[in-house]
Amino acid sequence: MKFSYFPGCSLKGTGRAYEESLLAVCRALGVEVLELDDWNCCGATAYMAVSEAAGYMMNTRNLALAERDSHELLAPCNACYLSLKKTQHYIAEYPSVAAQATGALAAEKLSYTGKVKVRHPLDVLVNDVGLPAIKKAVKQPLKGFKVAPYYGCQIVRPFAEFDDQQNPVLMDKLFQALGAEVVRYPLKTRCCGGSLTGTLGEVGQRLSFILLNEAQRRGATCVATVCPLCQFNLDSYQAEMSRQWSPVRMPVVYFTQLLGLALGLDEKALGLQRCIVPLPAQEVHA
Amino acid sequence: MMPLTPTLKFDAERDPSFPKQIMARPGGEKLFGCIQCGTCSATCPVSIYMDYTPRQIMALTRAGFKDEVLRSRTIWLCASCYACTVDCPKEIKITDIMYALKRRAIQDGVYPKRFPIPVLAREFFKMVRRRGRVTESELVVRLMLQTNWLGMVKMWRQGLNLIRTGRFSLKPERMRHAEALQPIFAGGEPHLATRTPRHPWEAES
Repeated sequence: MKFSYFPGCSLKGTGRAYEESLLAVCRALGVEVLELDDWNCCGATAYMAVSEAAGYMMNTRNLALAERDSHELLAPCNACYLSLKKTQHYIAEYPSVAAQATGALAAEKLSYTGKVKVRHPLDVLVNDVGLPAIKKAVKQPLKGFKVAPYYGCQIVRPFAEFDDQQNPVLMDKLFQALGAEVVRYPLKTRCCGGSLTGTLGEVGQRLSFILLNEAQRRGATCVATVCPLCQFNLDSYQAEMSRQWSPVRMPVVYFTQLLGLALGLDEKALGLQRCIVPLPAQEVHA
Repeated sequence: MMPLTPTLKFDAERDPSFPKQIMARPGGEKLFGCIQCGTCSATCPVSIYMDYTPRQIMALTRAGFKDEVLRSRTIWLCASCYACTVDCPKEIKITDIMYALKRRAIQDGVYPKRFPIPVLAREFFKMVRRRGRVTESELVVRLMLQTNWLGMVKMWRQGLNLIRTGRFSLKPERMRHAEALQPIFAGGEPHLATRTPRHPWEAES
């Protein structure tokens, strides 16, 4: 199993533990990943809302790089995943976008035919590698973990291609297979605030607080995410939230970190030391 | 004598071409199908902070209240969670309409220039044009310096935590060949790469 890999900017910055754990888990499960050569930023939500044509073109360039490598494209960040998907959908739906989006490829002798498939690692690990194979590879079942699975927005909205839009369950199934208890968590696709946590703290951090508070109320011992911005928002503002609203202390980890622990991988190789609110040691060494 | 101001608008004060321009953008075509049910406002996690709710923005845009819409805080508060787009019973791509309105507000120079959200968008835009990639830590520092440098002092704990855990990048993230993106920023036409700036924020980058 071989994939092209588009890390995106966050996985090289605040979300580097996501890259570390993803690559470690892929290696352990026999998934080969090949980073796109000299990829560019996906533009996230900010760029598309400022300059539409350039936003589409930036994504088309990355898609064309993946087509040149002729593998499916792995995009672990929800914002990158959506930007790539949206570009593909709009190129197919709107001839005007198609003309715009592919207009700048010639200079690098790239081309885009639309055949490249964009995949989220949650989809690949659960559906391609498969739960039976993962179960077989488990060395340390996640006994004692009570996980609130948090999917965020852009993995299921507006396009839900590998899971239910209102009630996604792939992470739930994965953690159950790993031996963890999964907490019922109806807020699993509610917005974390995105970049509002930094621009308008009282608005954005409040949204993140609501998510953590609910996980706490439901007895979760950690929240698992599939997106670097969700992880950053939920993990790094807890001191501010506790001061402003009510005390909250909740480890927030990437789903790949939990999977890696179950596979018996080293916690440092999984970037667990990068959590600002650490996973309690007794859980890691259960 | 007290000045009299009408609470409604006369036809002459509206811009009937405005909704057509917004609808011309991908995703905006179903705007006139809006039944004003308010599902968007109900599902929006930030509508309680907006000056006009998403439902009102749809109505105002459709009716050609250009100024009210483009100067509103609402279009900047949208966090791009797409809940409205998914839940809209008339399948209006509301998030995309919000994007189209933001772009128009920038183009017309009527966006709130010191409001942190457009400031972040502008810094993001400039950084991508310069390096092809974004360094989040630097982006946040630039945002804070321009909007709320005192707030940065208050965030010392978070900053230290990020440094301690190795998540604060001191070295900017950049492409090996960021110049490969020039044709993109030139609008897909490499021969126009030296043209005068078209986007209002280009001159700054």
